[in-house]
Amino acid sequence: MSVAEPATPGAADASAAILVEKLNLWYGDFQALLDVDLRVRAGAITSLIGPSGCGKTTLLRSINRINERLGYVRTSGSIRLWGLDVLDPSVELAQLRKQVGMVFQRPNPLPLSVRDNVLFGTRVHLPDGRPPNRAESDRIVEEALREVLLWDELKDSLDRRGTELSLEQQQKLCIARLLPVKPSLLLMDEPCSALDPAGTEAVEELIWKLRGDYTILIVTHNMAQARRASEECVFMLLGEIIEHSDTASMFLNPAHSQTAAYIEGRYG
Amino acid sequence: MFEATAQNRSNRKVEGLFRLLFLWMTCMLILPVALILGVLVYRGGPAISWEFLFTQPLDNMTAGGILPALVGTVWLVVVALIASVPVGVAAALYLSEYAPDNRLTRAINLAIINLAGVPSIVHALFGLGAFVIFFRFGTSILAASLTLAVMTLPVVIVATRESLQTVPLAFREACWNMGATRWQTIRKIVLPNAISGILTGVILEVSRTSGETAPIMFTGAAAFIPFLPQGVLDQTMAMSLHLFVISTQVPDVPEHMPFGVALVLISMVLAMNGLSIAFRVYLRGRKKW
Repeated sequence: MSVAEPATPGAADASAAILVEKLNLWYGDFQALLDVDLRVRAGAITSLIGPSGCGKTTLLRSINRINERLGYVRTSGSIRLWGLDVLDPSVELAQLRKQVGMVFQRPNPLPLSVRDNVLFGTRVHLPDGRPPNRAESDRIVEEALREVLLWDELKDSLDRRGTELSLEQQQKLCIARLLPVKPSLLLMDEPCSALDPAGTEAVEELIWKLRGDYTILIVTHNMAQARRASEECVFMLLGEIIEHSDTASMFLNPAHSQTAAYIEGRYG
Repeated sequence: MFEATAQNRSNRKVEGLFRLLFLWMTCMLILPVALILGVLVYRGGPAISWEFLFTQPLDNMTAGGILPALVGTVWLVVVALIASVPVGVAAALYLSEYAPDNRLTRAINLAIINLAGVPSIVHALFGLGAFVIFFRFGTSILAASLTLAVMTLPVVIVATRESLQTVPLAFREACWNMGATRWQTIRKIVLPNAISGILTGVILEVSRTSGETAPIMFTGAAAFIPFLPQGVLDQTMAMSLHLFVISTQVPDVPEHMPFGVALVLISMVLAMNGLSIAFRVYLRGRKKW
């Protein structure tokens, strides 16, 4: 599958999957994001790095609007996905979340079988106006699990509970769960931080493999991971974007002294 | 270096003392239950027979069986359940899954807890005024069961809400972030995982309802009716009221009869509690996360 074509009116910049402009966000009285401008290239992996509390998770969670659930969040500015403003009140959140899949720090498979986990999205969204039949379901499950490199491991245990798998398998399953509804953008919030080194490597490998088919925005605390597993890198500090460049040059040659200090581990 | 000091020895003594105290209190708790059961079995046991359970009372309730009371209690409990469980579960779902955490929600929660503390005789008078007189159900199974339902509603709501809240928030978030609505989340994830707790709450409610006397006295239960109820608008006998009546109101009841009635009643309650525990163990064993 290819990157969702920007079949969108008013997409000024076709290569930008996400275009954030002057985004400000307040939790009550606390301003967590200050005039954030960000352009995320379609089909690429972009990592968000920065010390704890710098707003990277907040930024991520603004994009599929799950921050709003907190109730005391206010935003101004715009977030455009393929040219369409997701902060517009007319946006149907269910459709937004179908297009924008999210992976969490702690793997959160549902307490259902592996099979039902993968099929969950199709049962919620009914892409063909009905739940997939048996044959379609089998195909969907196989495709999704193949894509996340789990098929060979799990093809004989599709009835096992997702919650019984190893953490690495759980996290891959959580990614597989997003794919059947054909999202264009995957948001990942420190997807490897609950995993052991081997699991981290396997999931990073998977993320790298998904590049091109999906636009991926990944928050990470792990410098090495940002370096290994992303093409572009965004450094945030205290709610502002300090630097955004391709990963290799940011790590070799950071343009700002704060970025350099963070990358070298002088704070974090 | 490692010998006990005077301080260590005194600590150990105090430790032992408290341990003994708490153990003693626990025994005090078990003792009355054991005594009640023992006395009931010893004195009521001889009264129990096929005939006692399944025939009509005779000779002004000084002989014969307790069938109408037994059947009446089942009627009362079943109708009360039908009335209270859907309302209670729905209310708990709203409070746990939909309601914003604001002052109104907290006030409702407080009201529910207070409702659970209202004495049953007050519920009885409420039932008399509301169901018997205002809604003109008369003294009937319907009025009595609705009174019981109102009284036990808080128990159902609290038990349901608690078991809903044992389902980790992460599951709900996973669903919401896939674009599932609250109801889809409830139906596919929350309810299937909370059902064991809800069933437990319901069964506890049953056991509590079956022993209540005051709420049904004015609203639907009668001391003596020599036939079985045919519908919800009939009056009925009930185990708890029957026990009260033959213990205090009727002369010359053979001594083993009230004990027999009490034994049957408490056996019903214990059987239902046992069922509830078995259910819980079974359903817990199946869920893993």
